[in-house]
Amino acid sequence: MTSFAPFGIAPVDVESMEPMRFSFGFSRRGFVQTLGAGLMIAAGPLPALAQRSGGRTGGRGQTVAARLHLGKDGTITVLTGKIEMGQGARAELSQAAAEELRVPVDRIRMIMGDTSQVPDDGITAGSRTTPGTVPPVRQAAATARNLLIDLACQRWSVDRNTVEVRDGLITHATTQKKLTYADLADAEEVAKAFAQAVPSDVSLTPVKEWKVLGTSVPRPNQRDLVIGAHQFPSDISRPGMLYGKVLRPPAYGAKLISIDLAPAKAMKDVIALQDGQFVGVAAPTTHLARQALDAIAATAKWETAPHPSSKEIFDYLKEHVQSRNDLKNPFEADLAKAAKVLKQTYRVPYVQHAPLETRVAVAEWADGKLTVWTCTQNPFGYQGELARTFRLANDKVRVLVPDFGSGYGGKHTGEAAIEAARLAQAAARPVIVKWTRTEEFTWAYFRPAAVIEIEAGLDDKGGLKIWHFVNLNAGGSGVDTPYRIPQARSRALSSNSPLRQGSYRALASTGSNFARECFMDELAAAAGVDPLEFRLAHLENPRLRAVLEEAAKRFGWTERSRKQSPNAGVGLACGTEKGSFVAACVDVARDPDTGDIRVRQVCEVFECGAILNPNNLLSQVQSCIVMGLGPALREQMEFENGRMLNASFGKYRVPRFKDLPELDIHLLNRPDLPSAGGGETPLIALAPAIANAVFHATGKAVHELPIRWPA
Amino acid sequence: MNVSLNVNGQQRTLSTDPQRPLLEVLREEFQLTGTKYGCGEGQCGACTVLVDGRRLLSCVTPVSRVDGKTITTIEGLAQGDALHPVQEAFLAEGAIHCGYCTPGMVLSTVALLKEKPNPTDADIQSGLAGQLCRCCGYPKILKAVHHAAEQLRK
Ligand code: FES
Ligand code: FES
Repeated sequence: MTSFAPFGIAPVDVESMEPMRFSFGFSRRGFVQTLGAGLMIAAGPLPALAQRSGGRTGGRGQTVAARLHLGKDGTITVLTGKIEMGQGARAELSQAAAEELRVPVDRIRMIMGDTSQVPDDGITAGSRTTPGTVPPVRQAAATARNLLIDLACQRWSVDRNTVEVRDGLITHATTQKKLTYADLADAEEVAKAFAQAVPSDVSLTPVKEWKVLGTSVPRPNQRDLVIGAHQFPSDISRPGMLYGKVLRPPAYGAKLISIDLAPAKAMKDVIALQDGQFVGVAAPTTHLARQALDAIAATAKWETAPHPSSKEIFDYLKEHVQSRNDLKNPFEADLAKAAKVLKQTYRVPYVQHAPLETRVAVAEWADGKLTVWTCTQNPFGYQGELARTFRLANDKVRVLVPDFGSGYGGKHTGEAAIEAARLAQAAARPVIVKWTRTEEFTWAYFRPAAVIEIEAGLDDKGGLKIWHFVNLNAGGSGVDTPYRIPQARSRALSSNSPLRQGSYRALASTGSNFARECFMDELAAAAGVDPLEFRLAHLENPRLRAVLEEAAKRFGWTERSRKQSPNAGVGLACGTEKGSFVAACVDVARDPDTGDIRVRQVCEVFECGAILNPNNLLSQVQSCIVMGLGPALREQMEFENGRMLNASFGKYRVPRFKDLPELDIHLLNRPDLPSAGGGETPLIALAPAIANAVFHATGKAVHELPIRWPA
Repeated sequence: MNVSLNVNGQQRTLSTDPQRPLLEVLREEFQLTGTKYGCGEGQCGACTVLVDGRRLLSCVTPVSRVDGKTITTIEGLAQGDALHPVQEAFLAEGAIHCGYCTPGMVLSTVALLKEKPNPTDADIQSGLAGQLCRCCGYPKILKAVHHAAEQLRK
């Protein structure tokens, strides 16, 4: 296995992604020659705002104009580098602006994820839109409102305290003079005023006065979605556009030795390109492009390399751990004195995000500039990746991200765009590259596999005193324990992943939470205490306690956990991530015919501070729970000799309608606390709760995902 | 081969490879991009269209097989500005996350409710078993289907 060239050591901590490696051999001269041959890019709707270079300022020092544009027709355009993929950012950020501007929410138009028009708000991930982008949007909107009021007061020479603003209408109380925002849109003073930086101390509307925030505003463009009018990135079409396909190696680690492009080139209107290991075709239809690719693929000669299989992966990861010494438990001496010592190893496989819209990009070159329409959670990161690959200045690359078919942490990298851009360059025409489902399953990055080792010591009263937790390969997210343990050490160690890996919904903390919460039940059993009581005895965080107690109460934990049955059980788990808190109680049964686990009921309580949009939050929690059933019960990538064995929806079985359990979801609103995001954390309690229910029924603890009913 | 189709009330003729998937003809020849590619293997339902009122997975259907047929895609479901009750129900229940599965889900629901105007939860769960929503918006979709059924019975 030593000759295998792995993908390198990637710490999977905060938001992470391993980009695909491209190394194009084009000469600079040849490259420049192909430029200018493309078509003109249509100018954006706000040309005056074009080409602003972004910085990840989180809004600090940004001007009002960078965030807001006032239209003469009364529409207000809000600009953000965040993207919409179904998680609800479009509605939420519209609400944020409308609230502070005192306008109805339908007055707000959002421009999202267009690098030439919007500020760089960083990657859309890690539940960061709510805590990271809602505040700067609110600050900019509040500043704009104040400036507009000041302007009206100046015009009327009246005191600021004598005017009020409602529905975008500024009114002077005594004279009943009125000015709308639209009336002021043209004023030179506005342009000047909006050029000011947004002060960070501008006062925001307190929660108890919210009229738009805190309400269930629907997704602004949802009508377009039900009539098929919304253009997803895969629906973008440019004049003269060709359909591109890229040759994939037959296996991980395979190297292309030779290929004959002639069969493709002989086809009418087909272009074929080889640039080092990169081989692609482009044709006027997908059908023809597929035929062309098949024709040349048949001539390709490959050199394969050994690659560990999914069966050996856990041994492999352990063998390749970066610092073997760190596996050692520093509390060994104290453990020797503990009343009880437990040790366990948990295994979490690679899983795929499998968003319904596969990776896709349309690339177009014109006048030395590259424009790309694509689905990514990371438009500015993508821009940089493209600029580096094609040796361009960042401002020569424009990335546009229409609302797309979701990502779940899986769309941080720019491979489809790089492929489309390379083909477009060769064809001197716009090219779309849309990955097939098989490509997406095989070549998109995976949620990391992990080996998690935990060792803990109890005192003679069942108190948890010593804790040593190591997550091998999946990164540091979620490794820290929320429980009060006098001697605790939790860490993440890198290994050498043979597959490209990166973020997932709730990052890699799904694995760490699974292991920890399963182990807590084993410890509770060893201490002879109910799992709920055992947790509460070691839990200080009042917010985590609150969700756990509420879930247990709603579910009827105390009564239901007393009943014992060999084919059905109940389990619970809790956790905290990204400033939000979750607890779940589940009821599971074994299907007598298939032996499969059926999750019959999930009761989940979730708290993420002040709720900004209750309906959307409910959708997110429902989505997390049902999606979480997949990796809990079935999902895992299987591979052998570098080939994926289950790279299709037929073989890799994601949750479907019939998996839907009875759901009892309770959103705990905390208007007194800052809002945190809610699109990820609700997922983390599910798998361990199911595993604990299986343990409850069978007396056999679960140590692996996906969970199987023990034989 | 020459293929002629009635798509959303419009007669269309084209000359194309008979093996070409209907999905690609709709999207690339007629610019009807509401019909989506999700898997190309008949496993997700994103490419669902109605042929003579019945569900058909356009990704695994060679265009020659629907020669002379009447096809409804998501773009042809509403009557002008008046949405179909199923579309209205999806909006009313907010049964949309990313919305990529929505066209197929809506069309499949239309067909399902024709067969079963008064469906139970179980009818819906098995009737829409072939429709994947990776955002796992099933809870609200279930409500939307009931909502639509109620409207259609009126
Ligand atoms: S695209 Fe046709 S079933 Fe998935
Ligand atoms: S809403 Fe995203 S796939 Fe269904």
